[in-house]
Amino acid sequence: MDQTKKKIKPNQITLLPPDTRVFVTLINPYGEEAQKSLELSVNTTKEELQSILQQLVKTEEDQVYSFFHNNIELIDTLNQLIASDPEYKLENTFSLTYHPQSLFRIQPITRQTAALEGHEQPVLCVQFRTHGDVLATGSGDTTIRLWDMLTETPIATLKGHKNWVLCLAWSPDCKYIASGSHDGQVCIWDVETNSLKGQPLIGHTKWVTSIAWQPMHLDEECTLVASSSKDGSVRIWSRISLSCLISINAHQKAITKMLWGGQGHIYTASEDTTIGVWNKSGKRVQELKGHGHWVNSIALHTDYTIRCACFSEGNTEINRKQAKVLFDKMLNGKNERLVSGSDDQTLMLWEYTSSKPKVRMTGHQQQVNHVQFSPDGRYIVSASFDKSLRIWDGYNGNWIATLRGHVGSVYQVSWSSDSRYMLSASKDSTLKLWSLQKKKLAFDLPGHADEVYAVDWAPIGGEKAGSGGKDRRVKIWRH
Amino acid sequence: MPQHDYIELHQKRFGKRLDTEERARKKAARQPHEIAEKAQNLKGLKAKMFNKERFKEKALMKKQMLAHEEKDIEVNVEDVKDGAVPTYLLDREQQQQSKVLTNMLKQKRQEKAGKWDVPIAKVKQMSEGEMFQVIESGKRKQKSWKRRINKVCFVPETFTRKPPKFERYIRPTGLRFKKANVTHPELKTTFSLPLLGVKKNPQSALYTTLGVITKGTVVEVNVSELGLVTQTGKVIWSKYAQVTNNPELDGCINATLLV
Repeated sequence: MDQTKKKIKPNQITLLPPDTRVFVTLINPYGEEAQKSLELSVNTTKEELQSILQQLVKTEEDQVYSFFHNNIELIDTLNQLIASDPEYKLENTFSLTYHPQSLFRIQPITRQTAALEGHEQPVLCVQFRTHGDVLATGSGDTTIRLWDMLTETPIATLKGHKNWVLCLAWSPDCKYIASGSHDGQVCIWDVETNSLKGQPLIGHTKWVTSIAWQPMHLDEECTLVASSSKDGSVRIWSRISLSCLISINAHQKAITKMLWGGQGHIYTASEDTTIGVWNKSGKRVQELKGHGHWVNSIALHTDYTIRCACFSEGNTEINRKQAKVLFDKMLNGKNERLVSGSDDQTLMLWEYTSSKPKVRMTGHQQQVNHVQFSPDGRYIVSASFDKSLRIWDGYNGNWIATLRGHVGSVYQVSWSSDSRYMLSASKDSTLKLWSLQKKKLAFDLPGHADEVYAVDWAPIGGEKAGSGGKDRRVKIWRH
Repeated sequence: MPQHDYIELHQKRFGKRLDTEERARKKAARQPHEIAEKAQNLKGLKAKMFNKERFKEKALMKKQMLAHEEKDIEVNVEDVKDGAVPTYLLDREQQQQSKVLTNMLKQKRQEKAGKWDVPIAKVKQMSEGEMFQVIESGKRKQKSWKRRINKVCFVPETFTRKPPKFERYIRPTGLRFKKANVTHPELKTTFSLPLLGVKKNPQSALYTTLGVITKGTVVEVNVSELGLVTQTGKVIWSKYAQVTNNPELDGCINATLLV
């Protein structure tokens, strides 16, 4: 006799009968409701919801969306998602937050393909050209080296600085590099001839901490570049006349990081615990106060868009109109969001219109060294000296996950362009690849012999990342 | 030679001659010729004395000329210091942490003969009387097969004593240690690290199995606190160290890390 006993699993989800209808409201990433509530069948699939949303929001391209309820993703049908929320009752409207997803998928980085020798002192800064075909690295031996990514060989050595090259930045049209050094000099290099333009620009009295070009959609010719220094001032230089146009005495203490935002403002993070917002004529627009200690790093949610909006995927032609269009789309009618990480172990989310922070994000146990928005602006990752990285929601600052795995302070972090992976460089000489979806370590990338100081993932043009560190080697990593 | 300052007095009272500068210039212009004539024509003792003076003068002149030349050369190369750090580390005083084994250290290790090249190579032999204390047992205290160890020991965490009736070697709890003060030889810093086990006691293999720690013993310590990583990415969590003091006399175990 066969007695089949029904084993009831303790976690069995009770699904609603298939002909039930529920009221659903679609909420956009900022938290606002898109439409009045819709009446949908419980068995609506993800694809059907996408087509409904596309009609409602009226997007032009085939935009792919993902749907969330209380941070749980909709995978199959609406029924399963409803079942996962035990508090939901049929009379209430079911809220679904939608997020646009990137259409392309970047493959994870798993191995080292090249260890480029040449620098005689530790490599301090690393940045890919927007297409990802040339890598510029600045080092303590006062030179900048350009490396070709197709053959993984050196192209040129740019000499002209007299002290450590602390920071460098490619111009938005990728024809020039501006670099700042430890003695306060700023050099502008012409990449087509691999030579220094004019003379080094003198003006700062102490070392240069960061360099930023004016975004392309504000100025098509890329004439203005700003540099910030330990002496507390920001200087705006003209690439054409090679002279200092304006010097802003921004802070009393050192400026740790400076960004040129897409709305035309210059954001300066300083050791005097405030962040200054300036316009390019030197006038202060806002002072963002809130941190209790040095502000180490700032990031804007439009960072990635500003870096590569003028180039489209696979195309090296500069499309200036497209840059403006993409930037406006990223802003979506609101202001740029700024996140700052500080020595007081917290992060804060700001908008330049108000001097008080919107959100204060706590959780780290030591100084926060580097913060980065994901390229789609949805997430923030923060790297800290407490050996962990934390992921936060990019819109409201809610904590999402903590990534542990490093055995030394995490120095820098970089996103892949589809916002699915993060690469972190640490004092323990390893780089680690983290998956955002699984919220844990995807690949461990050892290989450096000493601390890794800088890392960059190529924004457009292939899955490669470059890193440089104290062992004087520049390493290229690919899938 | 004027015997008093009558020349200066006259110049103060009546002023200098109108052609004094001209005359002084011409006299100075004649000097090289006069010196040359002397140098070529002097003989004997006077020549010797003159040559000696002249040699000193010339040495001085050469130095001055070099100094003048240096002023013309622009000093372009400033001191570029070693130890370049990125901007986020510039204002911070970083503690020197133990680093990954560098290539140089590895080379040194390969050059050195023998794998166990330890700081303390030879240790003084210890007699059994020094190490053990005979414990008498039995109803009439006639049996003397028990021994109590007089030196510091290490027992593993899962250690349970044998039944006291059958215990031959007694390790007193007062002489059991779990931590050692380990010094890194390159960095000259000392850390208090937990012990993992005794690798080798130079006195005898018996002491190794018992876990006795004396001067010169090689012990294994837990170094996960130091955050060392190999080149392949694995985290190093244990290393060997050699004990450098007499723990039973000091009350603590001091050791140097064997890198």
